[in-house]
Amino acid sequence: MKLRRFFPLLFVMLLGHGTIAAEQPTPQSIILASTTSVENSGLLAHILPAFTKETGITVHVLAQGTGQALQTAARDDADLVLVHDPEAEQKFSAAGNGIDRRQIAWNDFIVVGPRADPAHIGGTHDALAALKAIAGAKAPFVSRGDKSGTDALEHRLWRVVGVDPAKAGGSWYRDIGGGMGAALNAAQAMNAYTISDRGTWLSFANKGDLAVLVEGDPRLLNRYDVILLNPAKHPVPKQALAKRFAQWLVSPEGQAAIGAYQVKGEQLFHPSAAAPK
Amino acid sequence: MAGELDVPVIDFWAALGTAEFVRIVELSLTVSFTATAVAAVVDLPCGAALAICRFPGRRLLILLANAFLGLPPVVVGLALYLMFSRSGPLGALALLFTPSAMVIAQALLATPIITALTHRAIEEPWQEYGGALRVEGASRLCSIRVLLAIARRSVVTAVLAGFGRTISEVGTVLIVGGNIAGHTRIMTTAIVLKTSEGELGLALGLGLVLIGISIAVSASAFVLWER
Repeated sequence: MKLRRFFPLLFVMLLGHGTIAAEQPTPQSIILASTTSVENSGLLAHILPAFTKETGITVHVLAQGTGQALQTAARDDADLVLVHDPEAEQKFSAAGNGIDRRQIAWNDFIVVGPRADPAHIGGTHDALAALKAIAGAKAPFVSRGDKSGTDALEHRLWRVVGVDPAKAGGSWYRDIGGGMGAALNAAQAMNAYTISDRGTWLSFANKGDLAVLVEGDPRLLNRYDVILLNPAKHPVPKQALAKRFAQWLVSPEGQAAIGAYQVKGEQLFHPSAAAPK
Repeated sequence: MAGELDVPVIDFWAALGTAEFVRIVELSLTVSFTATAVAAVVDLPCGAALAICRFPGRRLLILLANAFLGLPPVVVGLALYLMFSRSGPLGALALLFTPSAMVIAQALLATPIITALTHRAIEEPWQEYGGALRVEGASRLCSIRVLLAIARRSVVTAVLAGFGRTISEVGTVLIVGGNIAGHTRIMTTAIVLKTSEGELGLALGLGLVLIGISIAVSASAFVLWER
């Protein structure tokens, strides 16, 4: 009896839901789980309109760290991934989650830090020696600490150097648990060193006193891969659309669009056709 | 120094006119209005019922409504994410990363606020007029309507407090909405994004616009209903 009184309310609720539902994407849309470095650098906003115009497929981009993006895809909440952590990607594919991994672009990581450069690493080209010097000088260093591709690279480098910064004691190593932009903001505010991908660095607008100090070490190569979900494990309905996008990224048009993207006259991503083998 | 500061200001004014910005503001308002409306339609009668009806579990519900005033948005977001995920229990609804999911999340956040404040607002008029309403033979539903009208000033405040929560919130909508450009990006998540891009001037500008819109909406509602 009392329930009947709530029918009008239910009706209004459903109506509200209906109007919102009408705004939902057309079936011709896919969700790409990607990293902050390709989204925040403006690359995707630059290349996606051409793809959408050609195919009518809208690509919704989730900008997450590589670790989170792979997790999102493993839970079926994305249709494909575009990430940059070869080790995590191999695990993802080995677990039966991903197939058809293709490299679509590359650029490099750089060590940035304050111009005062207390660890004296400016102008060198050896990432390992630079990290050793930073640890030796106990100079402030900002770590992403978010299981992103950049974070994974940083931790690999520390392992090779033989320093466990988390246990090194002292307050010089600062794990901020945030994205690349947040880490650069923090480094800028704390006069600290950090490792950044070049795309985010070039498009970052709050550089302050930070400058590129170490670059050109082959260990700092940063490759971006697109991976499709394994239909055997992830029967996502949009597999065909996702595949079409992946194929476009490695096609001559897609590669040209990636290579054409510039910020302040600098090319941010190199199409992988020109990737170092 | 002045030259450095000029750039974000110019960016900000240029950004104000773009279709993307208009869309972000539109979506912010649509999502928050819908969430507040849904929450108000459910919570106003419920809050009033808590004040005038006697039923088992009533005190517990009042306690819960008040306890959840401090419901952490990020936890609500995480819980909804796990529910709405395609591999979650409600995955078949395909709600994750849609404006609908954001509406549900914000309505949930506003619910304890509107319910608890409405309950409090109705308690006093119920004590004052409850006897008369009973003598008149008014039904419970009719009493709720009359009391909500009598206490409408406090009720408007309750709804505005709920709206304030929804329009200013970022933790849940970031998780269940995904901050997808042109689809689920709203003002708060855009501010987070611009901050992370180091576009601090632009982020601050967006923040001021958000505050302005929020004040304008609340002030208009206040003036309209206070008369």
